[in-house]
Amino acid sequence: MLRGKAFKFGDDISTDLIVPGRLAHLRSNLPELAKHVLEDADPSFASRVRPGDVVVAGKNFGLGSSREHAPLVIKMAGVSAVLARSAARIFFRNAINQGLPVLICDTDRIAEGDELEVDLASGTIKDLTNGAALTFGKIPPVMLRILNEGGLIPYVQRYGNIKV
Amino acid sequence: MAGTLAEKILGRKSGVDVRAGDIVVVPVDLAFVQDTTGPLTVRQFQASGLKKVADAKKAAVFLDHAAPSPRSELSNDHRLLRDFAAKHGCLLFDVGEGVCHQLVAENLAGPGEVIVGADSHSVTAGALGAFATGMGSTDVAVAMGLGKTWLRVPETVKVLVRGSFQKGVSGKDLILYLIGRVGADGATYKSLEFGGGAVNGMGMADRLTVANMAVEAGAKVGLFPSDRVTEEYLRGWGRGHKYVPLQPDPGATYESVVDIDASVLEPMVSRPHTVDNVTTARELKGTRVHQVFIGTCTNGRVEDLAVAARTLRGKRCHAGTRLLVAPASRRVLLGAMRKGYIRTLVEAGATVLPPGCAACLGVHQGVLGDGEVCLSTANRNFKGRMGNPESQIYLASPATAAASAIAGEIVDPREVM
Ligand code: SF4
Repeated sequence: MLRGKAFKFGDDISTDLIVPGRLAHLRSNLPELAKHVLEDADPSFASRVRPGDVVVAGKNFGLGSSREHAPLVIKMAGVSAVLARSAARIFFRNAINQGLPVLICDTDRIAEGDELEVDLASGTIKDLTNGAALTFGKIPPVMLRILNEGGLIPYVQRYGNIKV
Repeated sequence: MAGTLAEKILGRKSGVDVRAGDIVVVPVDLAFVQDTTGPLTVRQFQASGLKKVADAKKAAVFLDHAAPSPRSELSNDHRLLRDFAAKHGCLLFDVGEGVCHQLVAENLAGPGEVIVGADSHSVTAGALGAFATGMGSTDVAVAMGLGKTWLRVPETVKVLVRGSFQKGVSGKDLILYLIGRVGADGATYKSLEFGGGAVNGMGMADRLTVANMAVEAGAKVGLFPSDRVTEEYLRGWGRGHKYVPLQPDPGATYESVVDIDASVLEPMVSRPHTVDNVTTARELKGTRVHQVFIGTCTNGRVEDLAVAARTLRGKRCHAGTRLLVAPASRRVLLGAMRKGYIRTLVEAGATVLPPGCAACLGVHQGVLGDGEVCLSTANRNFKGRMGNPESQIYLASPATAAASAIAGEIVDPREVM
């Protein structure tokens, strides 16, 4: 069970807004890079986010470049899950590979600052602030196995192979 | 059963008859990284416990995004990547060779292959009939180590392009129009399969431009059939042996069909800050432009520089507009030099940048000032993309870019032709 506060973002939050190209020189310095997470979308996010909090966005979250640093720094900021109406393909796969759940649901029903409770096993989200109960789209079994191992690297360490 | 291009390629590779929705493990013909995604790949590879690259001839490293490096941190990333390539014997394309996707097209990709790159525009090689898709650093690390990856066979949207293009209208205008029509997430998780009379008549440069931007509609892959154009292109780079014909089966199942009449298309432009915010160049007439950038994996080929040179021959860029030109590869630069395009462009006032990504992603070479407007032939205009969130980026074809460089504002290139 994951629990945290909702940070709301709009539609089309690109990987350039999550980790801009101008910070490419920090990509081998992840703790520094993480201080800038989502900076171009919300400059105060990095300083306000607390472990367990949840990024709640509109459609096509994470579109754009394949930079895996995007889900990586979101995870490093302590975010426990990303909820979105839809997510871009590469971001979704990268997030799972980093062990960060991306859950597709009707995020219009969640407001900024709401307390959320996410149950990965049952596929449900409770908005404790407004009482809404949401369900999220199923994660394909192959990805669920990777997520359950904590990401693709732990998965490969354990199995030494990929199986579907 | 009748298959789409995606189903046929992934079926042959996985050795079973596959349909959209199936999940398969396929051998990878090429796995590659570039200098902004590669360092994480190297670290993940080391962490994974995989000792060796499965096949060094099928693993490539490109130093193109920050090339030459503008800062020590990035120079150290380059060192890390060179060391990795040397240790494992992978292919290395060092600073100055060009943008990864252009180099993949020139040197490596072939029809029917499966290619995964740690760069979203890896879809570019779909122009050659390769199932080429972008992934993250970790996926590519694992693909390098195991020589395979897992993929979901995508549903296919058929893009049927009929008729022929008007003068001054190119593949770039087609793909911008398509993205404007379906939206930036209109093809998420899907294969865009191009066909129809206008597509058969399209040269490889235009096909590469169109395939390159398939990802801007969210697509996993943008596939062209492999035909005479493909064969000629491969021969031109001394790789004729890679040619195999490849067409979708008649009766294949498509999720939907987008029908486009090429003859009514006009020069198109994407407005800030999303690629699907598309209109005609005509509509934007009078929009002041401070910088014009011609280059990138989208439109940095000899054919693109030819269009620019033809438009700018004997003319000068507007006094208030900087023109930056970055050939997509060393061989493109050499070709454009031989043909006299570089001289024409420099005489018209262009600054020629080294082959590579150059100004495209805002690490160096052409970062915009606050409030400045750039008209670029690249593929993305997201806020902050070119290094400054306070600037604005419009996207267009090389013809529109060159004509606008002369005018100092956005113009329809047909006006100056
Ligand atoms: S030219 Fe631009 S879009 Fe193409 S690979 Fe380089 S940074 Fe990416």
